[in-house]
Amino acid sequence: METTAIKQYTFKDFASDQEVRWCPGCDDYVILRSMQKALPEMGVKKEDVVFISGIGCSSRFPYYMDTYGMHGIHGRAPAIATGVKLANPNLSVWVITGDGDSLAIGGNHFIHVLRRNIDLNIILFNNEIYGLTKGQFSPTSLVGQKTKSSPYGNTQPPFSPGELALGAGARFFARVGGNTPKEMTTIFIESEKFKGTALVEILQNCVIFNDGCFTQYTDKAVREDKQLYVEHGKPMIFGKERDKGLVLNKLKLEVVTIGENGVTQEDILVHDAKDSDPTLHQMLVRLDYPLITGIIRSFDDITLGEREDDLTAAVKFNSKFKKTNDLFFSGETYEVK
Amino acid sequence: MNVENKIAKNTKGQIEVLEAVVIRFVGDSGDGMQLTGTQFSDTSAMFGNDVATFPNYPAEIRAPQGSLYGVSGFQVHIGSMEINTPGDDVDLLVAMNPAGLKTNLYAVKPGHTIIVDTDSFTKKNLEKAQYKTNPLEDGSLANYRIIEVGMTTLTKEALKNVDGLDNKSITRSKNMFALGMVYWMYHRAREHTIDFINKKFKSKPEIIEANTKVLNAGYYFAETLELIPNAYTIVPAKMAPGTYRIIMGNAATAWGFLAAAEKSGLELFLGSYPITPATDILHELVKHKHFGVKAFQAEDEIAGISSAIGAAFAGDLAITTTSGPGLALKGEALGLAMMIELPLVVVNVQRGGPSTGLPTKTEQSDLLQAMYGRNGESPVIVIAASTPSNCFNFAYEASKLALEHMTPVILLTDGYIANGSAPWKIKTVDEMPEIRNNKVSEIKENFHPYDRDQKSLARNWAIPGTPGLEHRVGGLEKDKVTGNVSYVPENHEYMTKIRAEKIKRVQNYIPEIASEFAQKGDLLVVGWGGTYGSLYTAVKQLNDDGFTNIGYAHFNYINPLPKNTEDLFKKFKKIIVCELNNGQFVNVLRIHFNGFEFLQHNKIQGLPFSNSELTEKFKQLVSVSE
Repeated sequence: METTAIKQYTFKDFASDQEVRWCPGCDDYVILRSMQKALPEMGVKKEDVVFISGIGCSSRFPYYMDTYGMHGIHGRAPAIATGVKLANPNLSVWVITGDGDSLAIGGNHFIHVLRRNIDLNIILFNNEIYGLTKGQFSPTSLVGQKTKSSPYGNTQPPFSPGELALGAGARFFARVGGNTPKEMTTIFIESEKFKGTALVEILQNCVIFNDGCFTQYTDKAVREDKQLYVEHGKPMIFGKERDKGLVLNKLKLEVVTIGENGVTQEDILVHDAKDSDPTLHQMLVRLDYPLITGIIRSFDDITLGEREDDLTAAVKFNSKFKKTNDLFFSGETYEVK
Repeated sequence: MNVENKIAKNTKGQIEVLEAVVIRFVGDSGDGMQLTGTQFSDTSAMFGNDVATFPNYPAEIRAPQGSLYGVSGFQVHIGSMEINTPGDDVDLLVAMNPAGLKTNLYAVKPGHTIIVDTDSFTKKNLEKAQYKTNPLEDGSLANYRIIEVGMTTLTKEALKNVDGLDNKSITRSKNMFALGMVYWMYHRAREHTIDFINKKFKSKPEIIEANTKVLNAGYYFAETLELIPNAYTIVPAKMAPGTYRIIMGNAATAWGFLAAAEKSGLELFLGSYPITPATDILHELVKHKHFGVKAFQAEDEIAGISSAIGAAFAGDLAITTTSGPGLALKGEALGLAMMIELPLVVVNVQRGGPSTGLPTKTEQSDLLQAMYGRNGESPVIVIAASTPSNCFNFAYEASKLALEHMTPVILLTDGYIANGSAPWKIKTVDEMPEIRNNKVSEIKENFHPYDRDQKSLARNWAIPGTPGLEHRVGGLEKDKVTGNVSYVPENHEYMTKIRAEKIKRVQNYIPEIASEFAQKGDLLVVGWGGTYGSLYTAVKQLNDDGFTNIGYAHFNYINPLPKNTEDLFKKFKKIIVCELNNGQFVNVLRIHFNGFEFLQHNKIQGLPFSNSELTEKFKQLVSVSE
């Protein structure tokens, strides 16, 4: 097949003429810019890119991208995106969603899209709060968190998006801080390369209703000591001094210091994102010290589209029906004269 | 009991010619009554009769054996004349057990025939059917011709030399015994059914042998034992020449979409979630991957329509299929499709409501939901099919209207026509009308997604993958020119009105309403959707009987209504609107045409209209004016 050369884009090619209307200081600006920078690196044509969103602050995202886009209804973006991708598998389809949109009202679509492994990218802006409705607790809000709808403290234990996703069969899961555009850009590019449903959770600060919700992990001063940015094939080492690492102690992950108690770099676990077995990925997702960021799981598996294509090709090959007339006049027909 | 005492013997071999006959097969839900009925109707259709069928089965898959609520029935109406309904009163009832007899006796015409399997009239089964005494012995059936046959025993006898059959397979083939008897009674050939058995059980030769033997045994039993007074025949009906097949409404709906996809050159996408009685459309379309059909069984109703919206955005002919409760769940997404103005067909195979209601029974009570069941000002096209075979035409028409007017279309059918079957004179794609679409494939200067066709007001359809036409759509109100989000008050009013006007203008593209029978006169009978067969038959009968002052207008286009509706109404002194609901279409008409007095005839029993209730009602209305 002839491949046409893809125009060399810059981030400006992906910015629409619409004025961005998020609150000043919101991490959403970082995410938008990171996406606009990542897209030219992906080797996809601009006209083949589609952003589908639900409802919420994050879901205004498509309006700001100069690509095809649809601002859908609350929670349903994964279902809409599934239809787009099944209709035209050549498209690069992105779901933009938030913690309320994907884990509360859209929870059902979220788990099923992951189960099917259709080739989509889902960017989940997790700020542990409902922003657009002005500050109610969300399914990722912490127990005890005081919000407009939990003035005495939230009594509903949260979901961990990563745990839920892996439980639902996610083949690709990455997590990244909302204030680290470089890593975010890399992860967006990797998620596009991945064949299957790629879920990226962004720890996104809401400056108005939940300011500082991730500061303990994402603040520049503590980031290197509190976050471990994992990369496939590399030892899981973190810390300002690069002296901390993860080892398996029985069935638990344990933080050790290289050079103490005889621990050497060789003892540190090497990250295997491509393992089909998600057990260790689940343990990484659950860890709160250090908080794991980067691509935690990236297991190459057959996609829904591939399964459908194979089946369709086989049915077409074996079928005697080429046109509807072949069907309509098949089987038990009779003549009236 | 001596059966022969009850039945006057006739000379063997005498064949009486009938114009039409209604036969009902009833038994346990596992007794194979649907198959038996289908075989009889297919065979009759191939013989040249006009046919209409209606299955009546419980919501439970295998209700407890012998219970009253576990009775499954299948009614066949065959005729040498035009047949438009599965018929009301039954000429022959075949009852495989006491429960079937008890629940269906009401429908049998006095003096007519009932065949019963006496082996099933055990003490236990009689108790389950809540009979205090055996109706075969207590004289309660004196008004009918009862043919008592030990069908289970005779079936076992017929199969005693067939190897490899378990007891269950033996007793399960007794429906073939009943079918064989009825074939003899109505002078039907067995070949079609034998062919069917051979195909269906290709890999099970012992089952083929068993079913064939039992079918023949029933046939010869009826012939030789002289239990049956007459054999009857119904000569072929006068039907337009052509190639026909028997089709069920849901299959016809599915095929209409296949034809529309082929004609329009678009790929067909179905997003659906199983729900009675709509699921057969999904079952049918998933088979047709060879035509490139993408049938997606989603995680719920909302995902069904949402995936279809995604596919429509990406350029497919997109549909979603459901029944009443599912339409309720799809409401918000349907509003989105209306707002972003994408072509989408939503099929609602109506069933008894509200809530879960009567899933396997028919009703027309989703009309107002289809018209108004969304937030905001949210008009869509609403059309309704009226017979099992014209489900094909209206599925095609729904697709055409959706694509040409860039709007969601709700197609209403109902359990009665969806599960009913009738002859269909096969349509080829070549003879169907053209389907245009509004796709934009080239870069235009100053392209705007909401640029509209001046006549129809349909907007552009620029699909992802087209260079230079990148744009965003969404559920927020949009600027009338650019399509960007707009909160400008005047713009919202303008957009609300233009969306309404777009639907109203569809009037210019749909046929006018016409009256069948009287063109003006004393009474106009008005119906819509799946009641066509019942209403047509009733009005025709009255006209044949001299009531030539009655006209009949049947609406397939509900929103918008045909342009000349008011003109037609003016030609009649009285108008009666007949619906299987508590009065929904009549209220739509009252909104539009407030100068008329609309009388109503409503039935909310999960059943179609009966001919007698309609003719009596209409006669009363015209006799007053005479």
